[in-house]
Amino acid sequence: MKTVQSVGLVGSARLAGSLLFACAFVPAPALRAQEADQATQIQQLQQQLRTLRETFEETLRRQREQIEALQKKIDALQSKTPGSATSSPPVTTPPPATAASPPAESGPPKVARETQETKPAWSPTSPIALLGGQRSYLNISFDALFAAGSSTADDIPHLQLGGHDPVQRGFTAQNLETVFEGYVDPYFRGQASLVGHIAPDGDFHFEAEEAYLETIALPANLQVKAGQFLTEFGRINPTHPHTWSFVDVPLVAGRFFGAEGLRNPGARVSWIVPTPFYSELFFTVQNSQGDTAYSFRGSGHSHDDHEDNLIFGRERIGRETDHLGDMLFAPRYAVSFDLTENQTVLLGASAAFGPNNSGPDTDTQIFGMDFLWKWKSPRHHGGFPFVAWQTEVMARRFEAGAFTLDENGDGLPEVDLPRETLWDYGLYSQLTWGFKRGWVAGLRGDWVSGERGAFYPDPDRDRRWRISPNLTWFPTEFSKLRLQYNYDERKNIGVDHSVWLQFEFMLGAHAAHKF
Amino acid sequence: MKTKSLFYSIALVVGLPLASHAKLNVVTTTPDFAAIAKAVGGDRVEVTALAKPTEDPHFVDAKPSLILKLNKADVLIEGGAELEIGWLPALLQSVRNPRIAIGAPGRVRASEAVELVEVPATLDRSQGDMHAMGNPHFMTDPVNAVLVAKRIADAFCKLDSASAEVYRSNLKKFESAVDSKLAEWEKLLAPFKGQHVVAYHNSWPYFARRFGLQIDLFLEPKPGLPPTPAHLADVMARMKETGARVIIVQPYLNRHTAESVARNTGAVVVDVAGFPGGVKGTEEDYVKYMDHLVTSLANALGQSVGKKP
Repeated sequence: MKTVQSVGLVGSARLAGSLLFACAFVPAPALRAQEADQATQIQQLQQQLRTLRETFEETLRRQREQIEALQKKIDALQSKTPGSATSSPPVTTPPPATAASPPAESGPPKVARETQETKPAWSPTSPIALLGGQRSYLNISFDALFAAGSSTADDIPHLQLGGHDPVQRGFTAQNLETVFEGYVDPYFRGQASLVGHIAPDGDFHFEAEEAYLETIALPANLQVKAGQFLTEFGRINPTHPHTWSFVDVPLVAGRFFGAEGLRNPGARVSWIVPTPFYSELFFTVQNSQGDTAYSFRGSGHSHDDHEDNLIFGRERIGRETDHLGDMLFAPRYAVSFDLTENQTVLLGASAAFGPNNSGPDTDTQIFGMDFLWKWKSPRHHGGFPFVAWQTEVMARRFEAGAFTLDENGDGLPEVDLPRETLWDYGLYSQLTWGFKRGWVAGLRGDWVSGERGAFYPDPDRDRRWRISPNLTWFPTEFSKLRLQYNYDERKNIGVDHSVWLQFEFMLGAHAAHKF
Repeated sequence: MKTKSLFYSIALVVGLPLASHAKLNVVTTTPDFAAIAKAVGGDRVEVTALAKPTEDPHFVDAKPSLILKLNKADVLIEGGAELEIGWLPALLQSVRNPRIAIGAPGRVRASEAVELVEVPATLDRSQGDMHAMGNPHFMTDPVNAVLVAKRIADAFCKLDSASAEVYRSNLKKFESAVDSKLAEWEKLLAPFKGQHVVAYHNSWPYFARRFGLQIDLFLEPKPGLPPTPAHLADVMARMKETGARVIIVQPYLNRHTAESVARNTGAVVVDVAGFPGGVKGTEEDYVKYMDHLVTSLANALGQSVGKKP
């Protein structure tokens, strides 16, 4: 550092000298008038001097770094040469450690000469990273999720409620997902998930599951998300199947949100509340119609694609979006604390309100509470060991419209359902234990039930419960193998047993894992 | 001129309270950057590290409490060479803090201050977990630590010019502390130049390079994969070949594997930390941390030499 200062001093002395020289040439009469001018001039010059000195120091610093780099390379080469450790000179030339190293090698001329040589040249062997690592405009990754297995049920597509669940004996291509992600510009981040699955009939179904932008520079701790996205309700609905700890969707989520989950085009505002702990408010407005709004103005439920236009015994009617009240509104509040250094709790309350198409003026409300507790060892390796307990409880209030059907026209309708309010409840609770690096044991319990309505029995509302133990092996964070057993009891149908083996692989950009 | 003076007065009003009252709120991903930020910032900064010194820095949980810490940060210091790729981006998506956005003066990427080694020529995960930008464990070389400290000092000066002199003098103190120690450390390890040392994961190329060691035998068959019996047998054979008699183990790693290898080869297992605070007594102090690292390694190497038949 000494040399830097002395060089700086020399520089300033020189500049001051030239300043004096300039002053001597100023004609005497004009002197007074120009005094003020000179003052500012001096200031400017001083300013210039300062910036010059700063750039000089900066250059010096950079060149030192380059020398350092060169030295490293020499060290590396020498250490590769056999026998160099004992016989060659590097021992005698200490690495030019820091700025305080001997002044001999920081003399400007020598430095300049060396930097010319050290300029890092591109070589054909230099890596060219196309994707990921913040080196490209777009991070691309691909994730494939398959299952193989069998079940005692005759109606597996009705047993498994998720559109990406295993739905047949043999193999199921559950979820083939391509994700594009990146910064759009200084204001937005964009993400899209294009998802396909192969239905039991062999048809390939392709959908733009999500495609949205998210603001990154809004003031006041606000963030807006807009586009097509999974509604932020609870913990399962907004996440993709390959991030789940079980092979299939929890029953309550399947019943309330439909096979494809609750998602639609819309917009969401969220606000990090200025509390001493983490808490965030979300408010989502989305369309309330379509395949992906099952409890609202939806259509068909199951994934075997036949036209299923009934809900709870009623025919879904055409209901247009006439006013703001016909949209889907979904508020959420989430809170998180660290109980200790290694234990975290996340609590959330969500709701979704919107019209349903069982009648011309009927509405649906869904309420949910979610809870996550996680312990992770302070000495974890690869994220193991850990224990996580996650639970979601939900209730749905569904105003069902009156529905009569008199097919033979004898004045005595075969179907005569009154207008009524249907309440449904459900919960799941899952415990996962990463007991060893790469190994996770899980246990999930599911329970769903509905208050008896005029349409009975209704397999979409009747009581049902399920127990699912499983074991997952992650060879690396880019692949997994999972074995799961489901004990399933459906009221009015009976008990079924299913075993599924799931496997996954991931290619491309390294994913960052949300909590 | 008018607009300029207006600008200055606004800058004064906005900037002064920050400069005179508030400490810079500095958040670092790992504890090594925190230790250096503390050394440079002194009492003018408040420093928090997101990762614990004992945990595996590749797999930190993106807990919501960390979102809050980043949301309030004036400065974020990250390695930036994919060490934090599994968790930092997930946090930053929710953080909404323009002060630490990419390109902002409050965003410091330490890897930009140093030259990374072991940059893979091809990206191929069949070779294990890759770091496309090079080996990210560069802070175990004290010379790199000084380069990073300078980068941090530059950022602090830019953000809090009123305390610039303090930062500069702290930096100088840190530099000379490391410099004087460096000579000592080099002297301690000089007798073992060229010796082979075994590690679990390839976290030590910078350290090895600085001190002339060859930390090139790993218990992991490939980065990120667990040891297999066949690979361990191979490692033991190579330990005998090369005379490697020291195995270094970080706090989050399974000591059993290292111990059984040590039993079979007569080697010594040494507990070292990847970060300040990973071993007791080295909390929040980079020089103490390096001191512990070098002396425990030198002791072990000395012992193993004594044991040599």
